[in-house]
Order: sequence, then C-alpha cells, then structure tokens
Amino acid sequence: MERWAGINHQNLNLLIGLAIGLNLLALSTSRLPMLIRSMSAQGVILGVMPILMEPHADWRVLLVALATIGGKGLFIPGMLRRAMRAVRIDRELEPLIGFVPSLLLGAGGTIAAFALTPLLPLLAEHADSLLVPGALATVITGLILLIGRTEAVAQVCGYIILDNGIYLFGLLLIRAMPLMVEAGVLLDLTVGVFILGIIVDRIQRTFDSLDTRILTTLHE
Amino acid sequence: MTSLLLILVPSIAAALAAAWPDSRTRPWFLPGAGVIHCVLAWWLFCAPPTVEAGSWLGFDPLARAVLPVVSLLFLVCACYGVTYLRIRSERPNRIFITALLAVLGLLSAGLQARHLGLLWIFTEAVTLAAVPLLHFNGTPRAFEATWKYLLVGGTGIALSLLGSLCLGYASLYGGGDGQLTFMALMAQGGGLSRPWVLIAWVLLLVGYGTKMGLAPMHTCKPDAYGEAPVMVGAMLAGGVTSVAFTAILRVRAVVGAAGAGGVADHTLLAIGLFSILVAALFLLGTRDFKRMLAYSSVEHMGILTLGAALGRAGVAAALFHVWSNSLTKGALFLSAGNIRRAAGSQTMDAVRGMSVLTPRSAAIFVTGIFAVTACPPFGPFFSELKVLRAALETGHWAITAMFLGCLLLAFFGLSRVAFGIVDGRPHPAAKAGGTRFVETAGVIVPPLVLLALSLWLGLFTPRMVTEAWAAAVTQLYPN
Repeated sequence: MERWAGINHQNLNLLIGLAIGLNLLALSTSRLPMLIRSMSAQGVILGVMPILMEPHADWRVLLVALATIGGKGLFIPGMLRRAMRAVRIDRELEPLIGFVPSLLLGAGGTIAAFALTPLLPLLAEHADSLLVPGALATVITGLILLIGRTEAVAQVCGYIILDNGIYLFGLLLIRAMPLMVEAGVLLDLTVGVFILGIIVDRIQRTFDSLDTRILTTLHE
Repeated sequence: MTSLLLILVPSIAAALAAAWPDSRTRPWFLPGAGVIHCVLAWWLFCAPPTVEAGSWLGFDPLARAVLPVVSLLFLVCACYGVTYLRIRSERPNRIFITALLAVLGLLSAGLQARHLGLLWIFTEAVTLAAVPLLHFNGTPRAFEATWKYLLVGGTGIALSLLGSLCLGYASLYGGGDGQLTFMALMAQGGGLSRPWVLIAWVLLLVGYGTKMGLAPMHTCKPDAYGEAPVMVGAMLAGGVTSVAFTAILRVRAVVGAAGAGGVADHTLLAIGLFSILVAALFLLGTRDFKRMLAYSSVEHMGILTLGAALGRAGVAAALFHVWSNSLTKGALFLSAGNIRRAAGSQTMDAVRGMSVLTPRSAAIFVTGIFAVTACPPFGPFFSELKVLRAALETGHWAITAMFLGCLLLAFFGLSRVAFGIVDGRPHPAAKAGGTRFVETAGVIVPPLVLLALSLWLGLFTPRMVTEAWAAAVTQLYPN
C-alpha cells in the first residue's frame, strides 16, 4: 500500500511535469490547432490526476475526473475547433507579446514558481509534490496568453490554461473539501459561454475577423 | 424556508418565461416575479428567521441588510422593463427576460450564501446569466461590450476561485476539518495559516473587486453599462455589485478573525480611495452620459470600500450607502434611458436641449445627479456623511481630505455632462428623427419612485433599517 502510494506520487509529479511542458508548447506556438491540441492534452492529463491521487476513488472524485476529461479534453476543444473554422483563422498573426518573449516570460514564471514554493507553508503530504509550483506556473502561462494574444480563440485557450492552473491548485483540497474542486469544474461553463459568444457572433456576422484589437469602439 | 423561496420564485418564473409562447405578454413575468420577491424579501426583513450557525444558505443579518433594497430595485426596473420591451418589440425578448429573472434568483442566492464555495458558484452564475442581457441590442458595440465583460469578469471570477481555494488551504493547513462556511472559518480564526490567508485576501479582493468594479479592475464596466439596456445597467450597478460587496465583507470578517484585519483594512482603504480618484478623473473627461453613470458607479463602489475599511461605524455607513446608491443610481439609469431613446445618441456632442424634448426625464436626471453627488436631502448625502464621520472618528484626516476633493471633482464631471445634455437648443437631427419618444407614465413613474425612495431613505431613515445594518455589523464584527 505504502509502495503503491509512492509510485502514484511519482506518476502524479510526472503528469504535472508534462502539463508544465504543454504550457511552454502553448506559449511558443503560433498555430491555433496546435494551441488547442496542447490545451486539450493538458485537460486530459489533469482529468487523470484525481484518480491517481485517490486510489479508493468514490463517485465524487470519479465525477470530477470524468467532467474534466470530457469538458477540457474533448468538448471544449471540439467547440473551439468549430469556432476556429467559423472564423476561418488558424494562426495568431500579431500577438501583443511575441512568441519568443512570451516563451521566455513563461519559462521565467515557471522558474519563479518553483523558487517561491518552498517559501509557502505546505502540509507534509504536499511538500514534495509538484502541485503548487505546477499550478502557479500554469496560472502564469494562462495570464500571459490572455494578455499577450489578440485572437479571440487564443485568448479563450489562455483562459482555459488559467482555469487548468486553478484546478491543479484545487487538487490539494480534493480530499478535505471536494466541493471546491467540483466548483472549479463549473469554471468550464464560463469557457463554454465564451465560445458560444464567438459562434453566435459569427452567425450574426457582425465582424469580419476575430481580432479583438478591432474591439476598440468603446473607449474614452 | 421562506428564504429559499427568494431563490425559487425567480427561478420558476424564469423557467415559465422561457416556455411562454407569446412575446407580447412575456414581459409581465418581470413585475409578477418582482412583486412576489419584494413581498417575500420585506416579509423576511420585518420578521427575520433564525439562521442555523452551520447552514450554507440563509437570510442572515448581512443578507437582511442588503437584499430588500435589491428586491425593491428589481421590482421598479421590472415595471420599467414592461414599457421598455414594448417599445423595443422588434427585438426577441425570450432570452432576455429569462436571463433577467435568473439574475434576480442568483442575486438572492449570492446574498444569502454563507459558504465560501457556494458564494463563488452563485457569483459566477450571476456573471454568466448577465451575458445575454448585455448582448440584447445585438449591435457590434454590444458584442464588444459583452466580450470585454466576459474577459475581464471571467478573469475576475477565476481569480476569486483561486482565492477561495487558498482560503480553503489556509483552513486545511491550520487543522480545519473541511468546513468552509464563513462561520466555521471565523471560528477557526487565529488557527488559519496567516500567509495563506493573506494570499487569499489579495486574490479574493481582486476577484470580487472586479465584479464590484473597483479601479483598476473596472475597465469593462463603462462598456457594459454604456451598451446594456438601462434597467440592466441599474441592476448591475445596484444588484450585482452588492453581491460582490457583501462577498468582500464576508471574507473581510474571516481575515479579521484570523488576526489580519489591519492589513485588510489598509488594502481596502487604498483600493477604495484609488477607485474614487480614478472615477473622478474619468468623470471629468467622459462625454457619454451612460458611461458617465458607470464611472459614477466606480466612484460609489470606492466609497463602499472606503467605508468597509473604517471599522464598525464605517461598515454600517457603507451598508447605508448600498441602499442609497442602489436607489439613486437606479433613478439615474432609468431616466438616462429615456433621454437616450428620445435623443438617439448618448454623447454630449450629439445630445443637447433635452429639457425641451423630454422635460420630465431631464428633470429626474438632473435631480438624480444632484442626489448622487451627495446634495442634501437625498440618501447619498446622509450615507456619505456617515462614511466621512467614520473616517474622522478613526483619525484618517488626510484620507478625508482626499475623499472630499475627489467628490468635488466628481461633482464637476457629472454636472458638466448632465447640464451639457439638458441645456441648450435641441439638436435638429433629434427633432426631425422619425418616431417621437413619448414620456408615458410607464417610463416616468419608475425613476420617479426610485428618486422618491432615495429621498425617503435620506429624510426618514426607518429605525428598522438602521437596526438591520447594525445587526449586520455585529455579524461581521462579533466581538
């Protein structure tokens, strides 16, 4: 039993490492299908984690896992691809923060996350887990994408990655306060509304491109 | 049990409205649900139920101190909505009415949420339910406003979730048993891990502050208020912000119990003053009178936050200000809507002489401007006076001076725009423009009622209401 937990622990850290790698991939790519793919892979990885963490998974943990894999891994990427086809754009052309700078920022943020984590008071069971630095790094990645990209689909991807980081942090609480993790799944709803917004707007054809920089009529 | 009805009645009405086949009679669901909700809310206000300490939802003193005015505001906006939707009969209203009723239900739930996670869920749901309301007009400008609202508001709710998780971890680290009701967190008090509490406070203040529209997270507010139908603006400014404010108050109470109240008050003071200052500066520059109302709302959210930073007396004053601001801002929004409709534009450059075209709405608008800039004898004057007194009693002289300076600037900014659109000769285009807007009772009485309520609140603040605010303060500062 002890050994099983140890192996799981290592596997969990491996998965978090993968998720961090996907962060960097998402930051460096200009192609939207690639961005969506790395985001959906991250979603699936995140969905597997609760099952690894709780070997005696009850139905609530399973529900979170299923909802995450289904939502972040399949449904949202599918909708985003649809939105992307509707917009007929598959590249982020002019990001506010370039691809190399955003990659460097993301890498810097990841290093900072690892450096800061030892300063935080953590319970013994979380002390050697990568959950906290992984969560921080992913939140930073999400924010960089959200601020640095101008294409609506890319911004939504950034929001989902931010959401993934919060979910990673929430996994710390999955045993004690499962409700909070379940609440986090609802954040996907927001994403759904985002994408719905794009699609609805496409149907109404009020814009020719989805470059959010043209959304500047309203200002002082 | 009755307190659950406050959530159920609007939800059922929303479901019925969604299924209702006739779009001409559908708007009547709004005042229908509004009346029942208002009666229930005031019933509970007069006979407050006992709330169990561990309950997740309940009409507790804080909910009692805010919910009745939100309900009242909704009822008046709903009555206005019937006329508004008749005028705008060319737009489909099924989704709009359903979403507006859902917002009322979720607001009632959010105000009564006594659990950290539940509060977040309801706040998120309110944000999402408001999206179709902003997009009602279906114009590119409305889409732009909706997109910005989603992006900024979405980031805000994401950060408040992260903050809630951090507060949860603070409790877990301190040996908590997973209870996340505010009562349990306050009882844990000093046992909460201080670093995590501080991180949580910053994230929650930024997150819920975004919902409230505090500067510098206010950026989507002018767009949203400028493009949404006016009663939506009134509900956002008077209802949604109140939920976010009570959320901040509830979290502040936990942070205070954890022994970090001083830090929390300092941040509240800073962010409150900054909001007032930013709003005052933008008010001097804006030329659009609906966006002006949004900046005025940012200013008043700053005043609420300032009050919340000033201890017991300050929080009581802030709760008073929630009432006076909701009512007065409601009157302003609704009368501004009439002017906007009659003039066909909402900037000072294209609108003037509205005292000729819409004399009644213009009169209400100007009176409302005086009321909202704290001219006696309206509600905001007395509530802001109380905030000032709390600031002076706690010895914040410099802050009082800055606060008064900003209020003066805001007065200049607001009166400049208000008189710019009211005075002068009407624009020829507005006069010639097709169908004339008629000031029927349906569009004049609602803002007038709100203005009268603001006056009543200022002149004869009922003892029961004052006691409700005091009870809420006792809940937030138990010792």
